[in-house]
Amino acid sequence: MTYITKPRLHHPTLPINKIGFTRRDYEGKISTLCAGCGHDSISAALIQACWELDIEPHRVAKLSGIGCSSKTPDYFLGSSHGFNTVHGRMPSVLTGANLANRDLIYLGISGDGDSASIGLGQFAHVMRRGVNMTYILENNGVYGLTKGQFSATADAGSKSKRGIANTEAPVDTVSLALLLGATFVARSFSGDKKQLVPLIKAALAHQGAAFIDVVSPCVAFNNHSGSTKSYDYVREHNDAVNRLDFIASREPITVDYEAGEVASVQQHDGSVLRLRKIDPGYDATDRIAAMHYIQQHQAKGEVVTGLLFVDPETEDLHAHLNTAQTPFNRLGPKELCPGRAALDKLNASLR
Amino acid sequence: MLDSANLKEGALRSTDIRIPDYFHKVVDCQWACPAHTPVPEYIRLIAAGRYDDAYMVNWTSNVFPGILGRTCDRPCEPACRRGRVEDHQAEKPEPVAICRLKRVAADNKSDIRAHLPKPAARKNGLKIACVGGGPASLTVARDLAPLGYHVKVFDQDPLAGGMIRTQIPRFRLPVEVIDEECGYVLDLGIEFRGGKRIDSMKALLSEGYDAVFVGSGAPRGRDLDIPGRKEAAKNIHIGIDWLSSVSFGHIEKIGKRVVVLGGGNTAMDCCRSSKRLGGEDVKVIVRSGYDEMKASPWEKEDATHEGIPILNYMVPMEFTHRNGSLTGVLFEKVKVEFDVQGRRKLVPTGEPNQHYECDDVLVAVGQENAFPWIEREAGIEFDDSGMPVVDKATFQSTHPKVFFGGDAAFGPKNIIWAVAHGHDAAVSIDKLLHGEDLRERPAPGVTLISQKMGIHEWSYDNDVSLDERYVVPWAEPGKLKSIKIEVELGFDPLTGFKEARRCLNCDVQTAFTASQCIECDACVDICPMDCITFTRNGDEADLRQRLNAPAKNLAQDLYVQDGLKTGRVMVKDEDVCLHCGLCAERCPTGAWDMQKFLFQMTDAGPGCRTRQRKAA
Ligand SMILES: Cc1cc2nc3c(=O)[nH]c(=O)nc-3n(C[C@H](O)[C@H](O)[C@H](O)COP(=O)(O)OP(=O)(O)OC[C@H]3O[C@@H](n4cnc5c(N)ncnc54)[C@H](O)[C@@H]3O)c2cc1C
Ligand SMILES: Cc1ncc(C[n+]2csc(CCOP(=O)(O)OP(=O)(O)O)c2C)c(N)n1
Ligand code: SF4
Ligand code: SF4
Ligand code: SF4
Ligand SMILES: [Mg+2]
Repeated sequence: MTYITKPRLHHPTLPINKIGFTRRDYEGKISTLCAGCGHDSISAALIQACWELDIEPHRVAKLSGIGCSSKTPDYFLGSSHGFNTVHGRMPSVLTGANLANRDLIYLGISGDGDSASIGLGQFAHVMRRGVNMTYILENNGVYGLTKGQFSATADAGSKSKRGIANTEAPVDTVSLALLLGATFVARSFSGDKKQLVPLIKAALAHQGAAFIDVVSPCVAFNNHSGSTKSYDYVREHNDAVNRLDFIASREPITVDYEAGEVASVQQHDGSVLRLRKIDPGYDATDRIAAMHYIQQHQAKGEVVTGLLFVDPETEDLHAHLNTAQTPFNRLGPKELCPGRAALDKLNASLR
Repeated sequence: MLDSANLKEGALRSTDIRIPDYFHKVVDCQWACPAHTPVPEYIRLIAAGRYDDAYMVNWTSNVFPGILGRTCDRPCEPACRRGRVEDHQAEKPEPVAICRLKRVAADNKSDIRAHLPKPAARKNGLKIACVGGGPASLTVARDLAPLGYHVKVFDQDPLAGGMIRTQIPRFRLPVEVIDEECGYVLDLGIEFRGGKRIDSMKALLSEGYDAVFVGSGAPRGRDLDIPGRKEAAKNIHIGIDWLSSVSFGHIEKIGKRVVVLGGGNTAMDCCRSSKRLGGEDVKVIVRSGYDEMKASPWEKEDATHEGIPILNYMVPMEFTHRNGSLTGVLFEKVKVEFDVQGRRKLVPTGEPNQHYECDDVLVAVGQENAFPWIEREAGIEFDDSGMPVVDKATFQSTHPKVFFGGDAAFGPKNIIWAVAHGHDAAVSIDKLLHGEDLRERPAPGVTLISQKMGIHEWSYDNDVSLDERYVVPWAEPGKLKSIKIEVELGFDPLTGFKEARRCLNCDVQTAFTASQCIECDACVDICPMDCITFTRNGDEADLRQRLNAPAKNLAQDLYVQDGLKTGRVMVKDEDVCLHCGLCAERCPTGAWDMQKFLFQMTDAGPGCRTRQRKAA
């Protein structure tokens, strides 16, 4: 790669957020992905969302597996914590990190191969456990990094670059997440930041397992005609159920909508999700109806996008396990190793 | 989801990048340069150490690279994009040192004479007279002589150069540089008649010239007719005349206490010269405020740097004198007020008048035009202010064979404008004498060539330097006492290289082909300056507000292309583009390409003639 580094110069009027950073301060190293890869646009959307939320970069932990998608944490939030796990194991490492330090904001970045093939089991369990995280699956229907083999999310009948049709049934990650109890489920498209950025913001504010499947075309191996994950296909078949305006809890609510057009959902942290309905019949708080709708429309070849389901009254893994409020790194040796007497007491309570 | 369909009404049309002005405007410096010197082209050559080539690019456009590299009024620098992109990000946003880089080429070149045109092997039998041997006339002569014209240049002074030689002090411009660059022109087979003043236009015209170019400059300095002027005349000097006397060595001394009246560049040269000729307490006293002074900012800074105070808002009322000797100048203090129409006026503050004692006064309050040698019945019309009526495009006077240029045409300007006028007048003369319509101006030469060398490789250095502007070193303070020793030392080659790297290569254009774009947003995401937006079309005012970064600089164009699959348009604000090429590097389809736009003015010769162009 002979890329130059992105010049530090930025637009003279580039705004700063409440904590004094410009959007450029949330960038990472220059991407080494193929030019035009959808994953780079998702990185840009993450940068924009974190900047808009005034997130302190050192409060974020980015974890990923293996794949082009899983490489991207190197290309955004350069001042945040990062961990590149083995293939498909991001969820378990992230769960461990989250248990050890609940104060960080957890961002899991994965691909369709990483999550739906080798990591399907890990994906399932992190959803059902309700780990407080934002899970971004950058879905291109192929193993980009290993040169374009069909992944488990490739639609049956979708054609490879060489013209061969996929014969296997796809894993539908959003339906799976719904089935497994995820409390925030969305799908979006790397080529539509207007939709994606508010979804990421809402997911980051969500106190539980938030999953966003982002269709993200692989320009090198899956952007030809006959593919169902190409820029053109997704644009032509995109069925957005709603448009989201995310309002952080501390912002006053100023936008007024006509009744009926908008459904407001208040999340646990106080943030408000304003859903401008595109499909009037769609109710994003009804898990079973959502599953039904998604199945029905996907059967017609549509790519259903938007905030598909949210359960605002959610509890995360820490609440289920009744863990200590303080992260391990702020507990002293005495609390971490309370000694023989405490152990005996605990053992006795279990007899 | 498709964005909503294009607004049909008031929507902007796709930009036609084949119109030469479009990309020319993007090269801010070249656009601002009166002679349209291809600035980034020569700066790249300097960075590559190709000083001869860099010099020749300049010589072709502006004739006096070594002279201009020290003295140019540099309209290019305030226009330079670098100043805009450093806004809010550098300690002090500064343009590229375009002018002083020109000097780097001139200082470090080898013998370039082999690259210069040769005197015409065969004359075409047409005779041209140039009145005055300043930059305007020398440019006309340079453009016409190699084509076979017999060009005679007359100057009342013994040597060629005009005010370059007689006015600009040697501590800013050494005589060797003047001799060298005037020499290159005169060696093209031009007949120079030094020491020959033209006293009659009618007589000149009767000598059978096919065309006459008047480049006689704006020689007379304006006087200040206030009480005491006559009585103290011995110690009151017209700045311009005084400077030329200094240049020719007729004056070598001035009193200890000097007051310079006026706020233009002449005043700055007068005060700095005084310091070198015995002036100890030298002051510049100006009617206007500091910011309104006509002198260039750097000229004011240089004077201040040499310890010369500039006093503002003081109107000279009287020269005081005793026994026929000047004792000082009396000033009224004024302030700015705006009248009901909002016009600025200087009104007395009411404070008592202030007296400054001095031994000599230099009056530098402007220049007057005067053409005592042009008979009013010579067929050349003059306007009420005594200026000739001259066509702004052709430089022709109301006498078809007589052309004006430089300071003689529209009043005092500077060297680079004189050169630009000279080129245009030469084109007019060449067309006139080939029986062509002068109003049909030649099109510029334009090429647009992709700079792509490999997937991520360009034939220009697209890595943007973050260095701040380098300061040109000065001679040690002891040498500032001499009227002859050059103050500025010029950049050494290494500093020149580093300064050259600050140039953003604004001539390497971002060219967009909508039919190839897949709207993946890669260019939008990578662009460090947020120049690019994909959005629904609208009228310009509307679009300017809806871009990823507001496009508030109306002097800079929007590049708009429709024909995208989603029905949106690509809009690029040219204002602060770094020409870093990252948009093209991140584009998967080659919809963006970096293409070098080389714009060259067409000089006199076959290329400027319509019939020849049509025949070709
Ligand atoms: C003190 C001073 C400092 C300056 N410094 C700068 C600077 O740093 N940078 C810059 O760009 N510009 C500078 N200028 C302005 C610049 O010198 C002029 O704008 C420029 O020289 C004009 O060129 P020209 O060819 O029109 O005429 P000039 O250079 O004025 O040349 C005209 C020539 O014609 C001769 N002449 C006039 N009438 C006749 C006649 N009847 N017969 C024969 N010969 C005649 C004159 O003697 C003179 O030599 C300065 C001017 C002054 C006064
Ligand atoms: C344990 C293990 N098995 C297989 C691989 C080879 N491998 C690397 S990336 C990858 C697939 C990545 O696909 P995906 O997650 O969709 O990422 P993409 O490159 O498409 O973004 C595979 C199979 C590996 N690195 N490790
Ligand atoms: S191979 Fe595909 S997924 Fe990987 S970087 Fe290239 S375009 Fe992106
Ligand atoms: S950056 Fe270079 S090309 Fe651009 S305006 Fe300045 S000098 Fe000219
Ligand atoms: S060259 Fe392209 S990427 Fe670089 S600043 Fe200009 S528009 Fe942006
Ligand atoms: Mg993949």
